[in-house]
Amino acid sequence: MSLVSDIDRADEPFAHVAMGEARDFWALLKPRVMSLVIFTALVGMLLAPGGMNPILGFASLLAIAVGAGASGALNMWWDADIDALMSRTAKRPIPGGRVAPGEALAFGLVLSVGSVLFLGIVANWFAAAFLAFTIFFYVVVYSMWLKRWTAQNIVIGGAAGAFPPMVGYAAATGSVSLESFVLFGLIFLWTPPHFWALALVKSGDYERAGVPMLPVVAGPDATRTQILVYTLVLAPFAVLPAAMGFGGLLYLVVSVVTGGIMIRDAVRVYRVREGAEANKAAMRLFGFSILYLFLLFAVLLAELVLPLPGLGALSALGRF
Amino acid sequence: MVRNEIELTEEQRRRRRSRSMALGLVLGALVLLFYIVTIAKLGPNVFNRPL
Repeated sequence: MSLVSDIDRADEPFAHVAMGEARDFWALLKPRVMSLVIFTALVGMLLAPGGMNPILGFASLLAIAVGAGASGALNMWWDADIDALMSRTAKRPIPGGRVAPGEALAFGLVLSVGSVLFLGIVANWFAAAFLAFTIFFYVVVYSMWLKRWTAQNIVIGGAAGAFPPMVGYAAATGSVSLESFVLFGLIFLWTPPHFWALALVKSGDYERAGVPMLPVVAGPDATRTQILVYTLVLAPFAVLPAAMGFGGLLYLVVSVVTGGIMIRDAVRVYRVREGAEANKAAMRLFGFSILYLFLLFAVLLAELVLPLPGLGALSALGRF
Repeated sequence: MVRNEIELTEEQRRRRRSRSMALGLVLGALVLLFYIVTIAKLGPNVFNRPL
């Protein structure tokens, strides 16, 4: 892909007048992914002992969000060819013809460098290096290397989406901790059942685009088994914050109840394998998995910000 | 003399205006952000220097 040869096409002299609107560039940042990154990074940041200056905390969150958005733009630049082949992604700004690939590349690179430098200046250089590594992991390791090569693409690549709470914690402290690693593990284990549930329904799309998602390579039955196994590991893992003491009573209740629902939905995906009901079960798990992760982090956030009872309340109840 | 300019259509002008407005707002917000972050980083010491 050469910008020069693109510009030199004499038969279409006006083909390269930029057609993107501001909202197209906004879409390149994958705003929905960005909102999850802000949310999880905020929890990591608030988990840090000693806290952080609110203005510098806000600026750090902004830097982390823009870094995540930049990696989204670079991902869309690299994947424009396969995005054009899949119904879910065909209308993205590059395959839709509204943003030129070179524009998206420049946009992503400038924001990547800018966000890393800004985080280094407002927080610390360890957090900035961690953010740079996260962008590298998502763009190079996941998008360029794993995605088109192995069915384990989203398992390993999921780490990129799981780093933000650790980056948030690093921004506040200049280091990482076991607690922030548990939050990483939570998102890391959540990613496979979440994406494979969607991939079960959209496997035709992935097959057409030549992306070796698990249902395409190993078949839907093997995928259903994997979804169930990961969910059975995820649900007890999600209770760890309460066991380690940084999740309170409400977190314990919510993580146990919603973990149970996740397992129930995953068992349903495992059992119902034919027809419209099978797709319905997979989409139900996909939809609930989003709510599940949101609830876990929302409760952790609420417990960090509001004076909610910790697990000590359980022993207090026991005295009555 | 042949004019070698690209004549933008009305739609292309509208899209360019949208990009320019957004870029202007982002740059303005960055100026404000850098100013506030500088004050927050330096704290009260920003005014504490020999004249």
